Amino acid sequence: MITDTETYIRDLNKEGNEIAISTDDLHVWYGSHEAIHGISLAFERFKISALIGASGSGKSTYLRSLNRMNDNIYGTKVLGKIYYRGLNINSDKIDVYEMRKHIGMVFQQPNPFAKSIYDNITFALKQHGEKNKEKLDEIVEKTLKQAALWDQVKDKLDTSALALSGGQAQRLCIARAIAMQPDILLMDEPASALDPVSTQAVEDTMVQLKDNYTIIIVTHNMQQAARISDYTAFFHQGDVYEYDQTKNIFLHPHIKLTDDYVSGHFG
Amino acid sequence: MNYKYSKTRRTQLIDRLAYKVFYVIAILIVLILAALLIYILVTGLPHISWHFLTGKSKPFQAGGGIGIQLFNSFYLLILTMLISVPISLGAGIWLSEYAKKNRLTNLIRTTIEILSSLPSVVVGLFGFILFVLQFHLGFSLLSGALALTIFSLPLLTTNVENALQTVHFTQREAGLALGLSRIETVLKIVVPAALPNIVTGMILAAGRVFGEAAALIYTAGQSAPAINFSNWNIFDLSSFLSPFRPAETLAVHIWKVNSEGLIPDASSVSAGASAVLIIAVLLFNFIARYLSNRIYQHMTGVKS
Repeated sequence: MITDTETYIRDLNKEGNEIAISTDDLHVWYGSHEAIHGISLAFERFKISALIGASGSGKSTYLRSLNRMNDNIYGTKVLGKIYYRGLNINSDKIDVYEMRKHIGMVFQQPNPFAKSIYDNITFALKQHGEKNKEKLDEIVEKTLKQAALWDQVKDKLDTSALALSGGQAQRLCIARAIAMQPDILLMDEPASALDPVSTQAVEDTMVQLKDNYTIIIVTHNMQQAARISDYTAFFHQGDVYEYDQTKNIFLHPHIKLTDDYVSGHFG
Repeated sequence: MNYKYSKTRRTQLIDRLAYKVFYVIAILIVLILAALLIYILVTGLPHISWHFLTGKSKPFQAGGGIGIQLFNSFYLLILTMLISVPISLGAGIWLSEYAKKNRLTNLIRTTIEILSSLPSVVVGLFGFILFVLQFHLGFSLLSGALALTIFSLPLLTTNVENALQTVHFTQREAGLALGLSRIETVLKIVVPAALPNIVTGMILAAGRVFGEAAALIYTAGQSAPAINFSNWNIFDLSSFLSPFRPAETLAVHIWKVNSEGLIPDASSVSAGASAVLIIAVLLFNFIARYLSNRIYQHMTGVKS
């Protein structure tokens, strides 16, 4: 039912479900350009939430703010609150490196390290102090299975990850991210550089991971959002216009702009 | 129709002509290089013998060797790299990974560029005033190594910075997103990924340092006193390891023999020494290629 209001943001904070992470009036500035104009969203735990919208709508910028990856971009300012376990993590007092162990990220371009497949997964764990070889072996097998890559690489774990195909490399990056056992997995268009078969595999992986992880995914692909996500937020020009259950966004949007976008009238 | 046809023909003609011009230029460059190499090797190689490579140079008679000079060249190279590699790594990492884009960084970059275009004889005279006289190091390997450090530092720093810049920013994001600190990400992910290029640049710089003469004439000195290869006390001036002894290198020896040499076989000694120098520098180049290919293969499992 299309209403006359400007925006329709479902406030999950008031529905009693467990919230994994939320933002309160989040603004992002690139120099003097305001890319995000105060977004307040709450994401439910153990669900997949999709952020959709046209290029330049701010969805990636917003996602990257959630684990403060924008800190590293010179001239970027993030104002507002990001709540994770009742803590505002957008604060100087937060140990960002510790926080990122809990809020992992998979990027648009597969970015395996120039190391072996095995080392790609264990490298960060070792840096964080895990030395037990058996435990590491176990984590490598478990995460590669979760990322649906184990069968293809189990005999060549010591070969370089750079020799993997794009789809395999991206699934390795997913395995690497979940090896840290994060609470939340942020995915920035994880399948946009992949062919349809690899995309299918990555999507299957995400749906499986939902039991144990909260996933927030940015995607250009509306079919993908419709297929795998539970909630969808529609971004437009640095604002969220609509946030609701995915089926409502695609079948019964409240806002005309959302309807135009999901039915392919622009974007 | 007619016009179009002739235009196409003209474009094709120009295209073919341009191809031929570039081809000729490329061949010309290769020919000049090959002629130089062949000339040096043909005139030099006949004089090279075991005795020539290991024997002592003689100040007045014919039949001297270049043994000490050859050793000095390698030892000086090692000393120079020991000083300049860590500094250039630190400076290159800072410039690439930590420096903010501001006026101070720009100033530092400009300074490095100017430093890299300093004539080496000026670097030598500067080294003479500062290290030899002011620091009382005298004509010594250490003075020479410090002068060569000034000579090679801009080269090496730029190389390290460029090598790190070729590592895609997504590699850094991957490290940070796994909860690694910036320094962990830089030292354990970015630097290893840039290693093939860093190693190549360092070996090529080593080739230039090895062949340098002008910066050494007034710093490492022009004399090659006898050294004792069984004396391991680096503080003893007669020890081959002493960095405080004066040490004429191969390149300086070639210059010396030609400009003020008193030996009757000066031309053959300099021809032989030049051939040895060229072979060493060529070896550096081949080793650089081989090593960086090996490291790249080891990292990627892909042959480049």
